[in-house]
Amino acid sequence: MYVYDQYDQKIVEDRVKQFRDQTRRYLAGELSGEEFRPLRLQNGLYIQRYAPMLRVAVPYGLLSSAQVRVLARIARDYDKGYAHISTRQNVQFNWPELEDVPEILAELATVQMHAIQTSGNCIRNTTTDQFAGVAKDEIVDPRPWCEIIRQWSTFHPEFSHLPRKFKIAVNGAVSDRAAIEVHDIGLEAVKNEAGELGFRVSVGGGLGRTPIVGSFINEFLPWQHLISYLDAILRVYNRYGRRDNKYKARIKILVKALTPEVFAERVNAEWAHLKDGPTTLTEAEVARVAAHFVDPAYLPLQDEDALLAQQNAEHPGFARWRERNTFAHKKPGYVAVTLSLKPTGVAPGDVTDKQLDAIADLADRYSFGEVRNSHNQNIILADVEQRQLLALWGELREQGFATPNVGLLTDIICCPGGDFCSLANAKSIPIAEAIQRRFDDLDYLFDIGNIDLNISGCMNACGHHHVGHIGILGVDKKGQEFYQVSLGGSAGRDASLAQILGPSFAEADMADVIDKIIKVYVEQRTEEESFLDTYRRVGIDPFKERVYAANH
Amino acid sequence: MQRIIKNGQVVDETWHLLAKDVTLDAIPNCDDIIVPLALWREHAHALKARDGGLGVWLEAGDEIEEIVDDLAHFQVIALEFPAFTDGRHSSTAYLLRTRYGYKGEVRAIGDVLRDQLFALKRVGFDAFAVRADKDPYDALKAFEDYSEVYQASADQPQPLFRRRA
Repeated sequence: MYVYDQYDQKIVEDRVKQFRDQTRRYLAGELSGEEFRPLRLQNGLYIQRYAPMLRVAVPYGLLSSAQVRVLARIARDYDKGYAHISTRQNVQFNWPELEDVPEILAELATVQMHAIQTSGNCIRNTTTDQFAGVAKDEIVDPRPWCEIIRQWSTFHPEFSHLPRKFKIAVNGAVSDRAAIEVHDIGLEAVKNEAGELGFRVSVGGGLGRTPIVGSFINEFLPWQHLISYLDAILRVYNRYGRRDNKYKARIKILVKALTPEVFAERVNAEWAHLKDGPTTLTEAEVARVAAHFVDPAYLPLQDEDALLAQQNAEHPGFARWRERNTFAHKKPGYVAVTLSLKPTGVAPGDVTDKQLDAIADLADRYSFGEVRNSHNQNIILADVEQRQLLALWGELREQGFATPNVGLLTDIICCPGGDFCSLANAKSIPIAEAIQRRFDDLDYLFDIGNIDLNISGCMNACGHHHVGHIGILGVDKKGQEFYQVSLGGSAGRDASLAQILGPSFAEADMADVIDKIIKVYVEQRTEEESFLDTYRRVGIDPFKERVYAANH
Repeated sequence: MQRIIKNGQVVDETWHLLAKDVTLDAIPNCDDIIVPLALWREHAHALKARDGGLGVWLEAGDEIEEIVDDLAHFQVIALEFPAFTDGRHSSTAYLLRTRYGYKGEVRAIGDVLRDQLFALKRVGFDAFAVRADKDPYDALKAFEDYSEVYQASADQPQPLFRRRA
């Protein structure tokens, strides 16, 4: 993974010093609450329902074991002993004291971490495929490009007060696990016929109040021009994005208002001034960054099909876990393993300090000392030897990470919701738990198969409900919490937005509602058809009829 | 007399920033003045004929392209921040310096606060009328916030990746 040099380290240390002084001035009354607010937000610090929430940046989801240990220590020393993996691959602490935040940042800086631009109207953490660098279907490793974008976006002086937040995602694989089409900018690394590297560029995707799938405005941007082209997009947005209404301030509204074609023309006109200038990327710089992402010291191994089949036969639980929680690796004899942070009864994405320490230890012993956070709020050990898989499974079971539900109905994406977040209209964690409790039969879960169930406690859509095969949105109706259900969303390459099923439901009814939806699917599906396939074939009506029939 | 930051120092202000609704007949002949863009649109000829110094100020929604052919007439271009979180004029200043070659003073006016100064200086501002209730000497400390930066901008044409040792 990327290792800071003296420049990167100095910038992060300067940030700690700056924020320490900003906090001091706020506490001393020299900065008003209103003046401090954008400053703290750009450092990931929210004032929440009970305490501040600090969002720590995990650039494109990558963490070393040393970093994980520091996160564990922070959870222990400054929080109530746990942390939360967010849907932007970041880590959140829900209970730090404002006064402690400068100290937390100083500790983070000792392991090359920070909270820069994890909130606020600026360029946020760039996200990517959690299996970057190891996926079999990868064409281009997106991580060096994410790091190049991280450096460009960190304290960009011109784009530090945008109309609204700005999110970039990069994908380099055949499957899109980074959901690039629902980002402000989505970059797909591709190769042209001559074998040269470039990017397909999508703009104007996003969730939130007005969910929109992005439009591709450039089919092949040669890699040298990545930064100048990003500058051009951001400059057009910074100048012409709406600032009169925060709900219409995302770039997607501008792209829609201008039309993608006209927006692309504006970007090209701006880019014409910048192209081939000093921000043109050099082979030396790309090589410098890429050198941090070369393969670890893989052993020359063979795939262990026979051994694994034998272990499967001896341990049905292992077989089941392996089916769901492992992912094919590009190197023979290796496999990527997802640690499920979605056991029933734990808030999705929550992890304790002890578990974090255990993860660091497992990473050191099984996976070259590195882990990744996924936007699905799980943690991945990307480079596990297949011959060690059974031993690892045993350890994961002891730590509570072996719930064999990755990609299944109970692997729910869920924002912190009304239990923690002051923006939320409704709680989301109890809904996730009620659904997990209802679907506690593993055989049934396996039979239902791949399904994305995403829950957001408000229309800011941190839980990505618009792109869930089943999406749940918490709404407030005259002070009561209700839940709107939508179907048919997808964050993948065939990205689509979910369609609202109908009137919303009370909390107590939610498990029943999901149960009915699943039953319609099970009855209607053809063999081999996933929930999304069935939905796309039969449409929303059969689901609507079943769910609302009982209410009459 | 208001004090402003110019080229990294607190100095007494000698220019008069004229309000948006100012009329031509209210303008003195000899003083140094910064006029609203609307007045320049209406009375460019008369303003050019004055003896005193001339500057123009733009609201956040005004586009610099409107006056790029007139830049030689202005010793000061002041860019207004209705709120310190409105970043539009960061692009304006950048364009003034890098695309339109403006060498005169680019001044930040309006809701101008210490914690924005480092970035504003980077994109090409060299003068800052810090909000009246704030101490400009305190605001000077902002220029020491960072000792290194990643991006190319008006202050540094080379991005860090071309400068790394």
